[in-house]
Amino acid sequence: MSVGLEHYLILSAVLFCIGLYGVLSKRNAVVILMCVEIMLNAVNITLVAFSRYVVPTLLTGQIFAIFVMAVAAAEAAVGIAIIIAIYRSRGTVDAEKFDLMKW
Amino acid sequence: MFDIVFWVLAVVTVIAALAVVLLRDVFRAALCLVFLFLTVAGVYITLHADFLAVVQILVYVGAISVVIIVGIMLTREMWHGSSSGKLRIPALVVGLLLLGTLVFTAITTQWYTSDVPPLEPTTAAIGVRLFGEGGFLLPVEVTAVLILAAVLGAIVLIREK
Repeated sequence: MSVGLEHYLILSAVLFCIGLYGVLSKRNAVVILMCVEIMLNAVNITLVAFSRYVVPTLLTGQIFAIFVMAVAAAEAAVGIAIIIAIYRSRGTVDAEKFDLMKW
Repeated sequence: MFDIVFWVLAVVTVIAALAVVLLRDVFRAALCLVFLFLTVAGVYITLHADFLAVVQILVYVGAISVVIIVGIMLTREMWHGSSSGKLRIPALVVGLLLLGTLVFTAITTQWYTSDVPPLEPTTAAIGVRLFGEGGFLLPVEVTAVLILAAVLGAIVLIREK
């Protein structure tokens, strides 16, 4: 069986679920951010695969993927800045100790 | 040939993603993440998305990985390792359930696929689609404003009081 749309969808589903497991289970906030990047990459693979196999000449999925990359870059910059600001004030990046808004 | 390239890239990508999640050393996990970005660029090449592969290497391998490594070095938490929290077992269950649902949907759905050969150099076509008539000019401008706001926000957040 030659490689088709389903193979790319399953690859992206596996990557997305690995990233989801990391986001839900890890304690280090920087590692959580890295797992979010894995999930964004998985979604990008899905968009490009649909663009390649469903509308090969329109390129709509690739343009969506470009916008996802731009938003991912902005998210990484703001996320790391927030983590460093929290580290300055609380001295830890453990996500289970971020309880400023909990009561 | 194409199938072999896809399988090698897919296996290496999944192993790199598992390494990011399972390695206890945060810095090694970040290096595996950079490797994952490179293999995803290879997956884009197998999908005939040459421009997107180059953008992936520039943005992810060049910029985001540097930001993440700087974040690891500024927060001196790497000696504590990346341990799992209390939610490890529920997270595993949620991940496996979602994986089963997604794979089942991907296999059982009859996807309508087109047999038209894809565009070969995509750069000019993407430029026309982005900036041409009826294209994505307004979203491009909004993205520029978003990135400017994100950079300013990061500077304000990270500045010493």
